[in-house]
Amino acid sequence: MLRLDALTKTYKTGDQALKAVTLAVPSGQVLALIGPSGAGKSTLIRCINRLVEPSSGAVMLGDVDLTKLGAGALRRERRRMGMIFQEYALVERLTVMENVLSGRLGYVGFWRSLTRRFPQSDVDEAFRLLDRVGLLHMADKRADELSGGQRQRVGICRALIQNPALLLVDEPTASLDPKTSRQIMRLICELCAERGLAAIINIHDVALAQMFVARVIGLRLGEVVFDGPPDGLTPDRLTEIYGEEDWEATIDALDEEDEIEAAE
Amino acid sequence: MSVATHRELDDMLGTKWRKPAMVKRTWLRWALVIGFVAYLIAAVLSVEVNWLRVWEGLDRGAAFVAAFASPDFVSRGSDIWAGMLESIVMTVASSVVGILISIPIALGAARNIAPLPVYMVCRGIIAVSRALQEIIVAILLVAIFGFGPLAGFLTLSFATIGFLSKLLAEDIESMDRSQAEAVRATGSKWAQWIDYGVTPQVLPRLVGLSIYRVDINFRESAILGLVGAGGIGATLNTAFDRYEYDTAAAILLIIIAIVMALEYISGVVRARVQ
Repeated sequence: MLRLDALTKTYKTGDQALKAVTLAVPSGQVLALIGPSGAGKSTLIRCINRLVEPSSGAVMLGDVDLTKLGAGALRRERRRMGMIFQEYALVERLTVMENVLSGRLGYVGFWRSLTRRFPQSDVDEAFRLLDRVGLLHMADKRADELSGGQRQRVGICRALIQNPALLLVDEPTASLDPKTSRQIMRLICELCAERGLAAIINIHDVALAQMFVARVIGLRLGEVVFDGPPDGLTPDRLTEIYGEEDWEATIDALDEEDEIEAAE
Repeated sequence: MSVATHRELDDMLGTKWRKPAMVKRTWLRWALVIGFVAYLIAAVLSVEVNWLRVWEGLDRGAAFVAAFASPDFVSRGSDIWAGMLESIVMTVASSVVGILISIPIALGAARNIAPLPVYMVCRGIIAVSRALQEIIVAILLVAIFGFGPLAGFLTLSFATIGFLSKLLAEDIESMDRSQAEAVRATGSKWAQWIDYGVTPQVLPRLVGLSIYRVDINFRESAILGLVGAGGIGATLNTAFDRYEYDTAAAILLIIIAIVMALEYISGVVRARVQ
């Protein structure tokens, strides 16, 4: 459904953030993208919806090469790609409802959006999504009144109301506590399963990634160095991705009972 | 390696620590300080004061200050009223027009939103508006349009553009990128992106600056009358020319009262819009 073909990004400074990344994501597959800071995870997902312009290569979403599109066609294709951000990226002075409905901006005209008169079907869908993530009662609160976990739930609603085929998720749990992180990851994965969405999730918490996804891609210095199921991430593999470190604790954290046994 | 580090540490223990100086070279640092003090002394000595003239002038100054104890609102009441009304009309009209023109220019002058050619043009407009002082613009416009509030209105609108566009553009440039990026990622059009991603971030600043500019425009309107551009300044100028210090005092008191009222209102509004 999504295919990256020799996708390369070289920044003006000369830094090569992505080196000919080739990758295929079938529909409905949720994959985690791991790798150290600066490996190009963020650049990779931003090159897909062209918030960052790729330097060369192709991004095929279905039959469309996104890298070849003009401004108007790109906007229409962006509607099919929902994005969830690190630090939520909600517009803080807008209400929860406005933030969710901003996911429909690609579908409604300027005057309708300016006067906040969205079609009833959009409003109903926003209510349904907010109810699904347990925030219906917060609809008219301002986004900056919410806690971190609540904000990320609103961010999820904003991405889903686009009715996307693909979710691009950039460090969804970076500023959340461990429990909320799990809840958010579980919610994203459940919603993807419910709606048959494919997702690429950038995440630096390896244990959390292993817990929820079926496929892990390891990125190092802009190159794919691992592509496989989460249990294929052995200490050797992690060393290859991140560099030398003692990985036993990270892998053990997968199953807390194992950890207790090991301690005994 | 750790042994070497410890030896380094042993050398440093017991030595004094000071914040590194801003100018590292000692001779240059002292040269700058001495040069500045010498210039200051020379500058003060170069001011010539005619103390005899000051002594004579003190009486006139005292008469002016004393007039504030007995301001005369009545004998030129109708002139004051007409001038004040003209000033208020000039202030409101020029603020509204100036702000409406400023907003698109501010968008164009924000480097993170506008492409380079648009940016250069808008920054150019701002630079011209800021380079020309109000009085100079007013003298020019009075020459073109003749005496009266039209010249004052145009002057203040022009000055508002330079002020508001520059400060608003700077606020747009320092906005949170990720909020705007998130709106763009939904597939929004440019105008929708501005409406949802940018405006909410800069609106409080826009409101605050606008009220502040209304305040400035009112004060400026009192000055512009001195060069014939209408408003309460013309009445004030006439009062000075006739040595009617009590009328002048009345006008100044009214200006002070209105500026203070605007100051209070702007405080209340800015606290509400957060």
